[in-house]
Amino acid sequence: MVELVIFVLMGSGALAGGVTVVMARNPVRSAMGMLGSLVSLAVIYVVNLAHLVAAVQVVVYAGAVLTLFLFVIMFIGVDRAEDTSETIPLQRKLVAGLALVVAVGAAVLVWRGRFSWTPAAAESVPIPNGTVQALGGELFTTWVLGVEITALLLTIAAVGAIALAFYRRSGKASAEK
Amino acid sequence: MIELPTEALWLVIAFPLGGALLLHFAGRWLGEPLAGYLASAASLAALAVAAVAAVPFFTGEGHPSQSLLWEWMPAVGASFEISWDPLSALMTLVVTGVGSLIHIYSVGYMHGDPRFARFFTYLNLFTASMLTLVLAGNYAMLFVGWELVGLCSYLLISFWFTRPSAASAGKKAFVVNRIGDFGFLIALMLIFSTFGTLSYTGVFDRAAQELSGWAPTIIGLMLAAGAVGKSAQIPLYVWLPDAMEGPTPVSALIHAATMVTAGVYVIARSAPIFELAPVASGVVAAVGAITALWAATIAIGQSDIKRVLAYSTISQLGYMFLAVGATAYVAGVFHLMTHAFFKALLFLAAGSVIHAMGGRQDMEEMGGLRKAMPVTFVTMGVGVVAIAGIPPLAGFWSKDEILSVVFNQGGWYTALWLIGLITALLTAFYMFRQFVMVFLGKPRWPEGVTPHESPRSMTVPLVILAILSVAGGLVNTPFRLGLEHFLEPSFEGVRLGHPPEGVGLVLVLAALAVGAGVVGAAMAFFAYHRPPEAWRRFQSGFGKLWGWWENAYGVDDAYGAMLVTPGRRLSEQTAFGVDMKVVDGAVNGVAWLVQATGRLIRPAQSGLVRQYGLWFGLGLVALLIWILVRGVA
Amino acid sequence: MLEVTPGWYMTLAAALFVLGLTGVLVRRNALVMFMSVELMLNAVNLTFVAAGRAAGVLDGQVAVFFVLVVAAAEVVVGLAIIVAIFRRRETASVDELAALRG
Repeated sequence: MVELVIFVLMGSGALAGGVTVVMARNPVRSAMGMLGSLVSLAVIYVVNLAHLVAAVQVVVYAGAVLTLFLFVIMFIGVDRAEDTSETIPLQRKLVAGLALVVAVGAAVLVWRGRFSWTPAAAESVPIPNGTVQALGGELFTTWVLGVEITALLLTIAAVGAIALAFYRRSGKASAEK
Repeated sequence: MIELPTEALWLVIAFPLGGALLLHFAGRWLGEPLAGYLASAASLAALAVAAVAAVPFFTGEGHPSQSLLWEWMPAVGASFEISWDPLSALMTLVVTGVGSLIHIYSVGYMHGDPRFARFFTYLNLFTASMLTLVLAGNYAMLFVGWELVGLCSYLLISFWFTRPSAASAGKKAFVVNRIGDFGFLIALMLIFSTFGTLSYTGVFDRAAQELSGWAPTIIGLMLAAGAVGKSAQIPLYVWLPDAMEGPTPVSALIHAATMVTAGVYVIARSAPIFELAPVASGVVAAVGAITALWAATIAIGQSDIKRVLAYSTISQLGYMFLAVGATAYVAGVFHLMTHAFFKALLFLAAGSVIHAMGGRQDMEEMGGLRKAMPVTFVTMGVGVVAIAGIPPLAGFWSKDEILSVVFNQGGWYTALWLIGLITALLTAFYMFRQFVMVFLGKPRWPEGVTPHESPRSMTVPLVILAILSVAGGLVNTPFRLGLEHFLEPSFEGVRLGHPPEGVGLVLVLAALAVGAGVVGAAMAFFAYHRPPEAWRRFQSGFGKLWGWWENAYGVDDAYGAMLVTPGRRLSEQTAFGVDMKVVDGAVNGVAWLVQATGRLIRPAQSGLVRQYGLWFGLGLVALLIWILVRGVA
Repeated sequence: MLEVTPGWYMTLAAALFVLGLTGVLVRRNALVMFMSVELMLNAVNLTFVAAGRAAGVLDGQVAVFFVLVVAAAEVVVGLAIIVAIFRRRETASVDELAALRG
């Protein structure tokens, strides 16, 4: 019962946020919609026993990533209202068709799948509990190599971002003085 | 007595070849007289080596021998090997001897030409090529020399290539020769497929066993086709009169020492094959006889001093063909030798006259040059008498031997003999006509021409050649068959045609030949030792015939209409029709197709990333649906 | 009494995914396109979490963790590129970046 209420509330919140992202003409509003969507999803994660993921979602996504987005929006200029008329012929119609096909296809697949939660009778299987301990143990044992590689990826991304930021036409990458 | 080993004979080719190479690179630096002297020295050195090497054959102690220089294509019996026997020795001596004199003469004749050194480069290369041809020990090397001779003739005939007529004459010589070369190549392939080798010894030793049926006839005819091209016989003689466009020493070299004699040499060299092919021999003889008469009549109608000599050469080569076709190989080679002497003499003398007349070649503008250039007058007179067959000069002995051998063959060869006899009369007629028109009578020189005797370097070769023209015939007289014994080792096992046995018959035949010559000479003298108006009357007496002779029977025009014009039209069609429309059309069509396709699908690359994303999504969904409907497997 | 089965979550995820897809393909502001991509990633994350819970394993959450990290890296580089382009071209509209038009 509680789950149903949360699903309905947070689900509609996430959808509303998504619609705002897509529809808002001002990028700042899109960012706000994004924020709503992310937070709603974080709540849903909690219901789905993924506590750590929910926390990371709020801290990293809603906190860091979205702040970065907002920063760039401010940098580029907030007042640039976008012209919403479509210039590419047939683009909107085809996108609508594609969206429809994907949505209908996904719905058909999901409901034909008749997914259900793991039966409680299987006592040997602990209900996954996304605590820091449980997830951390999993990440640093079974998936340790993946963690290292993503760490490397993050480093590369950081270096790349800095290189892009300080790129000069002469091709020299040097810190600003 | 120095015994020169056959192994050293490569020097004979090496001297002129080295001279050509040296002059090619350093000729301009060596400058005018020096380049000529060097070339002459190279030619003389070759002559000296050849003469020393030929001594054993003169003393009767020599044996034919081969020396391998290096392997080329051993599988086909083709290598650079020198074959040294009396025949090649004689040819080498004629080529280097007459060639050397022409070299020396050219030093004077080419004086002041801007491409003086280049001329001697070509002369030396020409000599080297001809020596390669005659010294070859197999058909492959012979063919190398054969083609090099063709190349050199092209280079020399169109030496003054800025004149369009010279350039086209060189082209004509090359193309016409090519037709004959085609037959020659076929002959070489047939020889190789029959014998599995191209070497002389390999072919000739087994000719009698291996060749049967029509094989020798076909090989013989194909060899003859090549020879007809090189030696300017009907129907491929048209290039030779045009070869006059080259400098006169070149004409002398081509006509006398090198090039045209190659055909006769090849037939004489291939005597063992022709012996098995009487039909081919007969064809050669008939072609020779008809060419002799045909060219002699044309020579009568010419007024260009060099053209008379050119047709005379064709006619005399006809005699040689007649001889080798009648298996009188010795007589043919004998006439080749004597002809080399007196034709070189005539050409060089003509060159001297042209030189004196400031480049004019029309005999109508000459006359009375007797006093102006006495040396040329006397030496050319000797040449004219020699070619007319008046004893005891060289031409008499060789021509008489040919005619008597042909007569002795009997059968339809008697008809050929008759043609030869008539030709002898015509030969004397046109040569004396020329002599009278040029040297006797009153001067008809145009304004401003003051003929003078040529320089020493030109007259000395004339004198030497005149002496040779007088005495050259004595090497082979019915009284002393020197040349026949000399050449014996080369024609071992070949049945040679002989003159009749009876002394009386020989004398009658000789008297007939001499009579023909004397009558022809007398007719020319009486017809032309008169004012020009009288000639015209005499010439108009022949009616239309004279026009034909003057026009060389219109053969050039006929070939032009039959072959050249259609060929040109075909080329034009190919160039402007096939190439521009079909080939270029196909190329442009492909380009157009690519362009059109590009124009059609270019909008796909809009540069709009959103559109790309849409296509990507649509494709992905289509693929997913496909997989879900079909199943993964 | 309605029970919320995994299918419900997945349907929600599908709806979010389609929203994001539409945003990517319709909007021409690079930043909004980026946010739409993030939306799609979140939809996938939701699927992972729900499926993981349904299967009774932690692997779904592990996958979400990796997706989060990669998304963060992508955002860093992507925004840097957008800023670089903006500095040179004074625009954030992807339609104007059509230099490769054929």
